[in-house]
Amino acid sequence: MTAGGDEFRAQARDWLRAHVPAEPLPSVDTAEGFERHRTWERSLALAGLSVVSWPLEYGGRDASLLDWLAFEEEYYAAGAPARVGQNGLFLLAPTLFAHGTQEQRDRLLPPMARADEIWAQAWSEPDAGSDLAAIRSRATATDGGWLLSGTKTWSSRAAFADRAFGLFRTSADAGRHRGLTYLLFGLHDPGVTVRPIRQLGGETGFAEIFLDDVLVPDANVVGAPGDGWRIAMSTASHERGLSLRSPGRFVAAAARLAELWRRDGDAGDTATAHRVADAWIGARAYQLHTNATAARLADGGTLGAEASMGKVFWSELDIALHETALDLLGPQAEIRGQRWLEGCLFALAGPIYAGTNEIQRTVIAERVLGLPRAGR
Amino acid sequence: MSGGRNEFASALHAMLDAADVPAAARSWANGDLDPGRALWGRLADLGVTALAVPEKWGGLGASATDLIAACEELGHHAVPGPVAESIAAVPALLAAIAEPDSPADRCGEWLSGLATGDMVATLAMPPWLPFAVDAEVCGLVLLAEPNVVSVAAPGDVHRSVDPTRSLSVVTGHVVLAQGAGVGRAFDLGVLACSAQLLGAGRALLEASVRHARVRVQFGQPVGTFQAVKHKLADVAIALEFARPLLDAAAASIGDDAATTPRDVSAAKVACADAASLAARAALQVHGAIGYTAEHDLSLWLTKVRALVPTWGSQAEHRRRVVNSLAASSTAGPPAAAPFTATRSPGAEREGAPWA
Repeated sequence: MTAGGDEFRAQARDWLRAHVPAEPLPSVDTAEGFERHRTWERSLALAGLSVVSWPLEYGGRDASLLDWLAFEEEYYAAGAPARVGQNGLFLLAPTLFAHGTQEQRDRLLPPMARADEIWAQAWSEPDAGSDLAAIRSRATATDGGWLLSGTKTWSSRAAFADRAFGLFRTSADAGRHRGLTYLLFGLHDPGVTVRPIRQLGGETGFAEIFLDDVLVPDANVVGAPGDGWRIAMSTASHERGLSLRSPGRFVAAAARLAELWRRDGDAGDTATAHRVADAWIGARAYQLHTNATAARLADGGTLGAEASMGKVFWSELDIALHETALDLLGPQAEIRGQRWLEGCLFALAGPIYAGTNEIQRTVIAERVLGLPRAGR
Repeated sequence: MSGGRNEFASALHAMLDAADVPAAARSWANGDLDPGRALWGRLADLGVTALAVPEKWGGLGASATDLIAACEELGHHAVPGPVAESIAAVPALLAAIAEPDSPADRCGEWLSGLATGDMVATLAMPPWLPFAVDAEVCGLVLLAEPNVVSVAAPGDVHRSVDPTRSLSVVTGHVVLAQGAGVGRAFDLGVLACSAQLLGAGRALLEASVRHARVRVQFGQPVGTFQAVKHKLADVAIALEFARPLLDAAAASIGDDAATTPRDVSAAKVACADAASLAARAALQVHGAIGYTAEHDLSLWLTKVRALVPTWGSQAEHRRRVVNSLAASSTAGPPAAAPFTATRSPGAEREGAPWA
């Protein structure tokens, strides 16, 4: 069950053991919790552990994919806090490495690595969810930049974050996918109004963003105007798969579930025993599969539509792991604040975000299996 | 999603693709074993029957990883005959009890016969494998109990849901060895069966996709409809995530790891579940034509239905996984012999036909 260099893994484990807060931090989706998580990110950055896979000049360690997976396993095994900077670190940064300018990387990545700037994503709109290309928020050319107007919604972390990235329509007649542009803006810029939205668990994990002629300089356009869809999708495979949810989360949860079964399980309860077995098997399958994928990528392979299979698999696995644990806990399971329940509430969003599992299944059917397109 | 995993598997795939395996399977089911025997002769020519036989007895001494590559192709083509038994478990069992330095040793002679293809063998390993499959085509029938291995006499025969398979009740006849560990042979048989299931599941998905692309209803291929797409996507996902468990189980056997029983059971659970899902989806996507005995799909559907409960039921393998988790806090299951350690009576076994 290992991946990557043992020495780096051991270093990370030692540091995490010494520094992970004994008491869980308040939820990242509260004002206090957000800042506590920012402080945690800064301590990670000081230890050189906030962005291990990035190049040295941006605060990383140039870690290989396998070493990054090892770090993730140790991170989750240690029960370390949620990554408040996740949207920037795992969604925006890969896009900047692939499509940003040198100036953008130099300006944006260091404060992201130090958690001085925490990013929210601004993809969805009231009428553009699964059908993301239906985006209607506009960016209109003006002197030296663009004026944003429209509404973004379900924007993760936007209630407390500093900046956001998203797609905006810059040409009405270039076709659904061709007229979109990838832009960056500040959540405290003039013309921006953020309205936090309470989630299922009661906290404000996402928000609506109202944009009223928000000025974005040309320097904050990623890639060419009109090329936003291609740019956003080019890193989507990674986002759906291993970089959004590395196996560490599930392997750690499966180990805790096995522990719970040992402690509270009724050996005669065959139905639950089977669910424990299946959850453990699923976590191991995802870990083995991811390690094989990482080895293939290290050999120069590419990750395409098959990443959609991983997204469906991990999101369903996450729910199964947590619901099995909650069923083992019995009547204690409904008590708020405990890890399994909060984890379950988090897991319930998995089949929806980063492209719903229905969208992923259509991608798998058309692009992996070769079934005919069209017909939604 | 298609094609062999290495050159050997590709060569095997090409041979089987050209061999009209469905016709041989139908003849086998009707009592004409000659085309099937000829097919097994060609498997021997390619070295498939020699894979698990040690080099000392004329075999290839291949790794478990090579063995699953071959067994996956045999499942992919629904090859009839005692695949997991003759190609995996019996060679492993005989190699464990053969006298290495005795030229007259019967086990050694049998191993040589298996390697050349002159002989096909089968076995029962109660309680998980209570019947010997396809005894009528076998030159050797064994009964492996936890501490006694015997040459067995086949008795009453049951028909299987897979019309190419027969299930013989066996009784021990001549004791070959006592106190022999049969755990590795069992795990290798489970592994081979899992590989067959994964291959059969792949074939069922491929057939479903082919059918969904050409079968037109409401003016368009049925594969255009989201209900069909999503069903087949779920099959693809299940097969995709069963494979790494199968690979890891093969590596685990190769390493003789303490976690081997757990790893092998995890592979069987995932491969059998994926193959079952593939079978259900294939039948549904094909519709009524898939429900006919005439359509070749039936060869795969009935084989999957037969292989899922053999070599240990899903319930028993899940129990073996969860017992290993309960026995140790981080990684391994208990060091006790896997075959004997799991024989404690469970609720699932009561009422089983061999109980």
